Amino acid sequence: MTRLDDATLVRLRDALREPDLSGTRYRLLGPVGSGGMGTVYAVEDTELGRRVGLKILDLEDAEAEARLRREATILARLEHPGIVPLHDVGRLIDGRAFYTMKLVQGERLDQYAGRQHPLPERLRVFLRIAEAVAFAHARGVLHRDLKPQNVMIGPFGEVLVLDWGLAKVLDEPRPGANGGAATRLRLPGDTGEGTVLGTPGFMAPEQQAGGSAGVDARADVFSLGALLQWLVGEGPPAALRAIARKAMEQLPGDRYPSVAAQAADVERFLDGAAVSAYPEGLLRRAARVAARHRVALGLVAAYLVGRGMILLFTGH
Amino acid sequence: MAHSADERLARGFPPTRHSALAAIRGGSEEDRRRALDAVAKAYWRPVYGYLRLHWRKPHEEAAELAQEFFAHLLEKDLLSRFDPARARLRTFLRTCIDRLAAGEDRASRRLKRGGGAAAVPFDFEGARAEVEKAAGAAEAPDVLFEREWARGLFAAALERLRGRCAREGKSQHFALLEEHDLGAEAVPSYADLARRFGIAATDVTNRLAWARRRLREELLDLLRECTASESELREEARALLGLGEP
Repeated sequence: MTRLDDATLVRLRDALREPDLSGTRYRLLGPVGSGGMGTVYAVEDTELGRRVGLKILDLEDAEAEARLRREATILARLEHPGIVPLHDVGRLIDGRAFYTMKLVQGERLDQYAGRQHPLPERLRVFLRIAEAVAFAHARGVLHRDLKPQNVMIGPFGEVLVLDWGLAKVLDEPRPGANGGAATRLRLPGDTGEGTVLGTPGFMAPEQQAGGSAGVDARADVFSLGALLQWLVGEGPPAALRAIARKAMEQLPGDRYPSVAAQAADVERFLDGAAVSAYPEGLLRRAARVAARHRVALGLVAAYLVGRGMILLFTGH
Repeated sequence: MAHSADERLARGFPPTRHSALAAIRGGSEEDRRRALDAVAKAYWRPVYGYLRLHWRKPHEEAAELAQEFFAHLLEKDLLSRFDPARARLRTFLRTCIDRLAAGEDRASRRLKRGGGAAAVPFDFEGARAEVEKAAGAAEAPDVLFEREWARGLFAAALERLRGRCAREGKSQHFALLEEHDLGAEAVPSYADLARRFGIAATDVTNRLAWARRRLREELLDLLRECTASESELREEARALLGLGEP
């Protein structure tokens, strides 16, 4: 009879969770992270001599495999600096599906935000996220699960939007059509209508209601609004609060029509310009303009003071 | 390049064995006995361990109660009352044990031990040392039962694998697994194992991978026999392999 103490049981479990890379070009280095249905491992691509990330299902499961392959298909069409590039997809000898991608290193947004960063830096991170999402929208893909845990900040400040496992593919423009006609593209593993997917707190109300059919780009606008609110923390300037509030309106029609419009408002805020979500009174506008042009105003004020002194002491 | 999609690999868990539980409702006497055998194989250790650790029964009494428990399952046809839509088998069995151990069902205690029990050899003496080693930590009953359940299934899967390796002339594969994954002390390197077994390091890699792959299969087969649906199988497999909730 085989004797198994607790430590051996843990070791065996670890061994059986590991991907069986027999017959592949990959060599296991170690786990990187886990979540949902799968785990990401760092592996060495022995043919190219580089380290890559390997995402593998925890269990052999036809439904989960369809979703993983679907995620891979979506990633393959999204070539953008803010989205992890896909390298390979397949099934291991142990029956589990996998894909390989660039090995993402750095820290998750929730870890990043736990430290002190100036507001403009946080907003620039937000804009990088918004750029990647806007790009995906332009390719007909909604993320549908934007949250701090799904964003990675690299060691050189690069920002990557991760985990496209819940993404939805919208109507895709037909090649050659002048932007008018569209065909519905379905991918294997598409989540059914009425399935509630996403993360509470960051999920748009229409997504929570389970209406996949009615969800469009404005659901991601909502999530980005929640992300912005979370990222800037307590007591942000009123104009920023207004941007987040507008993005998180209950009705999609009351939100920004697109991520690009939302990002443009954040950029305007960074530039000290008026934001569309925040109507200003005369005094507020004067204060903002003064703050925006404080150097020039300081010079003018210094000049005027100087002239006044000259006038006072010389009489002309 | 990754291993190509192999048609031999079923989409989903390899369906090499069917669920014994799924056939139990409305099944024949033979079906019920087969289901009980499968359950007994997977659960005798957790039942014994649970009686020892949670109910603080001494070895002799726990072994006797565990035997009675499986006889009780058959006599009372309790498994046919199990509804997978309402609970996991694990939870159902734990409730039955609690009832038996608490003496709520005294009639069952009068059953002749072994009269109707499954034809599974229970090595209580072998399990004794492990259980006594785990004693002392205060744990919730469900946590304790789950750990003993996992230990029991892993042990049973290892026994199956040992038998399979012996039949297929692959005893060295199993020996490598024992040395690398089941050893008491420091994990030996592949180079160490290669030297000790007089084979190439790549052979160590391949044979160990084969043994782990087959062990995983045996484990999931055992689990399949004791679950009633694919979704229950998936949930139980996650628990068994120590994976978090999806």
